[in-house]
Amino acid sequence: MADFVLYLRLFQYGFRRHSTYLAAALAGAFTNTVFGVLRAYVLIALWEARPGLAGYTLTEAVTFCFLTQGFIGPMQVFGRGLSFGDRIRSGDIAFDLVRPAPLLLWSLSEDLGRAAYLTLARSLPPSIAGAVMFTMIGPVSPWFAVSFVLGVVVSFGWRYLVTLTACWTTDDRGVHTLSSLLTFFFSGMVLPLGLFPGWLRTVAEASPFAAMVQVPADVWLGAEPAWSALGFQLFWVVALLGLGALATSAARRKVVVQGG
Amino acid sequence: MGDYLLLAWTWARASAQYRTSFAVSILSSFAINALDAVAIGIVFTHVTTLGGFSLREVMFLYGTGGVSFAVADMLFGNVERLSQHIRAGTFDTMLIRPVSPFVQMAADGFGAHRIGRLAQAVIVLGLSLPVVPWSRAWMVPVMIVCGVVIFTAVFTLGAALQFVLVDAPELANAFTYGGVTLTQYPLSVYGDQLVRGVTYIVPLAFVNWQPALYVLGRPDPFGLPGWLRFAAPLAALLLSAVAALAWRAGIRRYRSTGN
Repeated sequence: MADFVLYLRLFQYGFRRHSTYLAAALAGAFTNTVFGVLRAYVLIALWEARPGLAGYTLTEAVTFCFLTQGFIGPMQVFGRGLSFGDRIRSGDIAFDLVRPAPLLLWSLSEDLGRAAYLTLARSLPPSIAGAVMFTMIGPVSPWFAVSFVLGVVVSFGWRYLVTLTACWTTDDRGVHTLSSLLTFFFSGMVLPLGLFPGWLRTVAEASPFAAMVQVPADVWLGAEPAWSALGFQLFWVVALLGLGALATSAARRKVVVQGG
Repeated sequence: MGDYLLLAWTWARASAQYRTSFAVSILSSFAINALDAVAIGIVFTHVTTLGGFSLREVMFLYGTGGVSFAVADMLFGNVERLSQHIRAGTFDTMLIRPVSPFVQMAADGFGAHRIGRLAQAVIVLGLSLPVVPWSRAWMVPVMIVCGVVIFTAVFTLGAALQFVLVDAPELANAFTYGGVTLTQYPLSVYGDQLVRGVTYIVPLAFVNWQPALYVLGRPDPFGLPGWLRFAAPLAALLLSAVAALAWRAGIRRYRSTGN
């Protein structure tokens, strides 16, 4: 019970830390909306030429576009966002690793707080703007809420591993860039994954990145049965958090060896 | 000019000291921007024309807009970090040095790795050149230069805006990065009002769309007057004047953060 209170407190801290920067979040939401409009027009031109492409109607394609623009904030599509990244560089991570609460759950709670705030500040505006300027369809499946949260957790699990690599590399910028590249392309942010050709589509749809963006959007649209979508996301949640726990204990041994 | 070159060269040499990191930065700058080109390639596996334009023609638009943006971004894109400098107080230091603050801002942390983005755009432009008839090829360098000027002006306007909106620098991204994204596709895919807006208000249509209509010998799908396709230099000059005024007004208005 005490544990639960602690993690709830951390969730609140994550929420509050990000809510300090309201102007920045609104500017981000505006930019996400502008890009949404540009993407929507390209998709409309494409769907008008080829109706029913990737199994979507034109309205579904436009809905997909604005929904996924709204995912950029909570799913932290461009990477980073975890506060312990800088602490690895400064060495303060040594304190975090010996705290009674495990680093993984600690930062997960904070990250869920961050995502909750960004859902309000950066997901709602592009979605509302999209619904006003174009036509969007509402959520088909009530399981969307669950799928959305699982998407955030998959995103966290991936970024946790990427951030932790700084324990082994001296310059972590390359890893972060590679990660945001992979996330952006294979999640469905660039184009719906159903448009990808052959094997590229197979790889993308099986990747954890699909579980962050494409899958929650498909649950909203009812394009994929909820049970298989949630099962796929749960698989990646378990796999990434499991790997994260392993990597944390490896990092802990490494820090102890070098510590002092 | 000399000050700019000296500062930029110093920063470029500094970043090249860490060779692996520098190489990785160039490669990732190349790869991140190549994703947009890959997306265009994927779109064209489903259609033969988009908004009435073929793959090669879209690549021509992507290439010209991309080269203009990459040059402007490399030379002056750093002005978008103004709000960071204001908050850190380092902008005050720039104001008392005997070099123009704009030059200092542009050259500060000069991103030589952005050559990766430029290389990517140059390759796409090179592949698209077969659609350009010899007699109209003279327009290509003209439109690229005008594009560089227009994007530089947009970057400057975005920076000037940060004098007012210190806490929301990302707002400018909608016009800079949004601008280059807009120019990657033929404007015929966008709505009528949006196109009028980027023709008469924020003149991004002159980066590549209007001159490209001349180069590719196309009628204007929106029926705008024909002389507009030669108006890129005028648009670039006007926007630069507005941007310079905005920047000056911003400097005059600037009162430091006070600590």
